Amino acid sequence: MWKFIVRRLIITMPQIVLLSLFVFIMASFMPGDALTGQIGPDVDQDRLQELREQMGLNNPWYIQYRDWILGVFQGDFGTSFRYNMPASEIIQQRMINTIWLSLVSLIFIYALGIPMGLISGRYNDKLIDQVITSYTYLGFATPIFIFGLIALWVGGFQLGWFPTGGSVAPGLEPGSLEYILSKIHHLLLPGLAIALIGLVGTVQYLRSEIIDTKQKDFIITARAKGAPEQRVYNRHIFRNSVLPIAAFFGYEITSLISGTVFIEQIFSYPGMGNLFLESINIRDYTVVTALVLLFGLAAIIGALLSDIILSIVDPRIRIK
Amino acid sequence: MALLRVEDLQIYFPIRGGILNRKIDDVRAVDGVSFEIEQGETYGLVGESGSGKTTTGKAVMGLNNITGGDIYFEDNHLNPGKGKKVDVRKDVQMIFQDPYSSLNPRKRVIDIIAEPIRNYEKLTKKQELRRVQELLEQVGLTPESIYKYPHEFSGGQRQRIGVARAIALKPKLIIADEPVSALDVSVQAQVLNFMQQIQKDLNLTFLFISHDLGVIRHMCDKIGIMYQGRFVEEGLRDEIFTDPQHIYTKRLVAAIPDIDPRRRQEHQQYREQVKEEYQNSFNDYFNEDGLAHSLKSITDTHRVALPERG
Amino acid sequence: MSDTLLLEIKNLKTSFRIGEEYYAAVDNISLDVRHNEVLALVGESGSGKSATAFSIMNLHNRAKIEGQILFNGRDIANLPPSKMNKLRGNEISMIFQDPLTALNPLMECGRQIEEVLILHKSNMSSKQRKAYGIDLLNQVGIPRPERIYDQFPHELSGGMRQRIIIAIAIANKPELLIADEPTTALDVTIQAQILDLIRELKNDLNSGVVLITHDLGVVAEMADRVAVMYAGQIVEIADVETLFIQPLHPYTRSLLSSVPNAEGTDDKLHVIQGIVPSLKHLPREGCRFKDRIPWMDDSVHEEHPELHEVSPGHFVRCTCYQHFHFPEQNEEEQAHGIT
Repeated sequence: MWKFIVRRLIITMPQIVLLSLFVFIMASFMPGDALTGQIGPDVDQDRLQELREQMGLNNPWYIQYRDWILGVFQGDFGTSFRYNMPASEIIQQRMINTIWLSLVSLIFIYALGIPMGLISGRYNDKLIDQVITSYTYLGFATPIFIFGLIALWVGGFQLGWFPTGGSVAPGLEPGSLEYILSKIHHLLLPGLAIALIGLVGTVQYLRSEIIDTKQKDFIITARAKGAPEQRVYNRHIFRNSVLPIAAFFGYEITSLISGTVFIEQIFSYPGMGNLFLESINIRDYTVVTALVLLFGLAAIIGALLSDIILSIVDPRIRIK
Repeated sequence: MALLRVEDLQIYFPIRGGILNRKIDDVRAVDGVSFEIEQGETYGLVGESGSGKTTTGKAVMGLNNITGGDIYFEDNHLNPGKGKKVDVRKDVQMIFQDPYSSLNPRKRVIDIIAEPIRNYEKLTKKQELRRVQELLEQVGLTPESIYKYPHEFSGGQRQRIGVARAIALKPKLIIADEPVSALDVSVQAQVLNFMQQIQKDLNLTFLFISHDLGVIRHMCDKIGIMYQGRFVEEGLRDEIFTDPQHIYTKRLVAAIPDIDPRRRQEHQQYREQVKEEYQNSFNDYFNEDGLAHSLKSITDTHRVALPERG
Repeated sequence: MSDTLLLEIKNLKTSFRIGEEYYAAVDNISLDVRHNEVLALVGESGSGKSATAFSIMNLHNRAKIEGQILFNGRDIANLPPSKMNKLRGNEISMIFQDPLTALNPLMECGRQIEEVLILHKSNMSSKQRKAYGIDLLNQVGIPRPERIYDQFPHELSGGMRQRIIIAIAIANKPELLIADEPTTALDVTIQAQILDLIRELKNDLNSGVVLITHDLGVVAEMADRVAVMYAGQIVEIADVETLFIQPLHPYTRSLLSSVPNAEGTDDKLHVIQGIVPSLKHLPREGCRFKDRIPWMDDSVHEEHPELHEVSPGHFVRCTCYQHFHFPEQNEEEQAHGIT
C-alpha cells in the first residue's frame, strides 16, 4: 500500500507543475501587470522601465515563472490590483470561510445521502425508492443557482429561519460563544442548499452499488450461513457498497468548488467563490490567478485523496 | 511440411513493482514450447489453469507479444517484427470459450458473420448475403436466422454462429480455446460432432485447447500436456492415455472421473496410488525450480520430459 | 438411525413469476435423502436441479414454494426467516459452484468462517472461535492455516477458496450438505481432491449429501443414488449402478451417450435433438421429453406421465422408455430437416 501511495504522490507532482504553468501562462495573457494600479498616471516611461527591471518583469518567462513559483511557495501570490494589498491576505479569511462551508456541506451530503441511498437500494422499486429516485432526478435537473435562490427565498425570507447573507452577525466578539453560534447559523442554509443538490450523485451511486451487491454470490453465501437480513446488509452489502463512495470522497471536494462559487454569491457569503466572481467583475487579476491556482490544487488533492482512500479500504489494492 | 510449427516459444510477462513500477521479474507463461501440427490434424493442448495453454494459442493467433522463439505457418515466419510481415489472420481463426459473451449482442447474425468477410474481401451486398446464408447452412442453422440477434439462439447455436464466423474466410487452421467448456453435455456433443464434420468437409486443422481430458481424447490425434509453461509430454492420443510416461500426465489421466460406478473403488485406489507416486517422485520428474525438464523422444511420436540421467 | 429419512421432499413445486404469471421451475418432485448417503441431482441447465437445492435452503429471492420439505420429519418449506436462519449454516449447509464469487472479497477468510460460528455457537469466545476456525482449515486440508486465516480470498487459488467454502459449510457439523456444482469451476486434479474431501467429511459427520451436477463422471464417482431431472421433473431415479448400467429413460440414455467417454473412440457422440425449453415454454402436458425424440411414435407416451417403479428403488417417468431406441440414420436426417 505504501508503495502505491508514494507512487501516486509522485504522479501528483507533474500534475501540479502543469497546473501552475497553465495558470502562469493564463496570467501573463491578462492585461496589466504587477505595476498596474500601483503607480500614478504621471510617472514617466523611464521610471516605469526601471521599476519593471527591478521587479523582474523584463526577465525571460522561465525566470519570471521561477520567481512566481518561489513566491507562491512562501504564500506570496502578488498584490491585488484593486486593494493594493497582498492577495494572500485577501484570500486567507475567505478561504477559511469556504472551508467551513464545504465541510458543513460535506457533512450534510453524507448524513443525508448515505441513508437515502441505502434505503433506496435496499427497497428498490418499492414506493420509498421511487420517491427518492424521483428526487434525485429532480436534483440532477435543477441548476444549483436556481435551487440556491429558492432556498434563500424560502428559508431566509419567507420563513425567516436563517440569515440571508454574510458569514456572521455583525458586532459580535470573535471567539465568543454567540460568535460561533452565529457562524454556524450562517452556514446552515447555504450548506444545506449545496448538499441537497450535491447528494444526488452519492444517492444514485450508492443505490446502484447496493442493488448490484445484493445479487452477488457471496450474499447468497451469507444467507446460507443463516445470517439474518439485517446482518447481511450491515456486514456484507453495506460495506461492499460504501467502498466506492468512500473513494468518491475526494472528487466530491472538486464538485463542491463549483457549488460554492454560485451559492456564496447568492447568499453573499464571503468565501473564495464569492471573491472569485467579485474579482473577475473588478478585473483583479492577481486574485483571480491565485484563486484559479488554489481551486486547481484542491481538485488535484481531491483526486489524490480519493485514490489513497480507495487503496486503504480495498484489500485488493492494499495487498498489492 | 507441417502446417504450423512452433519452435522454442517463450512468452514472458513482466512483474512490475517498486516505487517506480519497474520490471523486477518475469512470469514465464510459456517457457520453451515446441510442437508441429500437420495439415488436417487435430492437436490438443491440455493443462490446468495457469499452464500457458491459452497463452500459446493466443500467440499463434498473433494476440500476444512473443519474448522468444519462432512460429512458422506454412513455413512463413509469423513473429511480429521479424522478416517481412505475413498476414495470416485470414488463414488462422479462433473459436472462443463462451458463446454468450464472444458475440456482440447488438449485432445481427449477418453482421457478426460478415465482419471478417468485410475486412478482407470486397463483396456486393447481394454476394455477401448469399455467402452468409451458405455459411449458416454449413453450420446447420436456417438461412432465415441472419436477421436475428445472438440472444435469440441457444448456447449450442451460438457456438455454431461463432464457428460460422471463424470459417467465413476459409481458414486453414482454427484455434479452438475451450470451445465446449461452457456448454451442457448434450450441447457439447452437438458442437464436437459438428466440429469434426466441418473438419472433414473443409479439410481444417484444429489446435484444440482444453482442460477437459475426456473431450481432448475424443477429438485429438496428437496431444501436448503443459505444466507451468512447459511441455511435460507429447504424443499420439493412445500413447498419452494408455501409456503415459510422465508422472504429471499419469496424475491428470487418473483424475478423470470414471463413468462406470462399478469401478469406483478400483479407480480411487489407483488414483491414490498415483498421487503417492507423484508426491514421492516429484523431484525425479521436475527440476529444482519445480519445472519440467526438456523433452526426450521415446518413440517417433512420443516425447517425455525426463531428466538427463537417462 | 441411518435408515431414517433425513430429508424427504414431497410434491415440491417452485414457481417464479414472469410478468403476471407463475411458472414452475421445479414441478412436483419428490425425493428423499438418508444419513451418510449421496443423492445426485443430474440434469442440464434449466432442468430445475439448482432451483430444487435453493428451495431446500429457502434461498430463492421471489419464488412461490408449494409442497413439503421434511427435514428430520419437520416441514421446513416456507419456514419464517428467523427459524430458517437457525437451520441454515447449522443443520443444513451449502457448498457453491464458483469459489471466486462466493466469498466476500473484503473479508479475511478467517472472519468469514467465524461468522457462521458467531451465528450458531454464541457461547464460543473469540479465542475459541479462532482456534476452531484454524482447526477447520486443517480439516479441509489447507496448508499453513494460521497464515491463510488472515488472508483475503483473492490471495488464494480456486481450490483453496473452495476449501474455505467447505470449511464454512461444515463448521457446525451439518446433517445435510447441499453441494451445488462444487467442482465445475475447478481443474481436474483439484476436482478429484475436493470430491475426496466431501466424501471423507460425509463419512465423518454421517451427513446426507445432495450433490447437484451436470457432470456424469462426478456422479459415477460420488453418488449412491441418482435422480435425473428434465424440464422441472424427475424422469428417472435409481441407485448409481443401475442408472449407469441399465438406464431406461430416453433422456438418461441420451445424456449418457452424449458424453465423450473414457475409451475415446472416434464414434460420433449422440446429440439430443432440439433445445432445452425455457421456463416460460416448458411443455406442461404429456411427456416433456417428447419433442426431443420426434422419431418415436406419439402412442408410446403416456397422456399423464407418471413415475413407474420398474424394480425396487428404480423409477422411470412415462412409458416411452419401453419402446425407446436411438434414431436410425434416416430418422435423424428427417428430424433435422424439421428443425
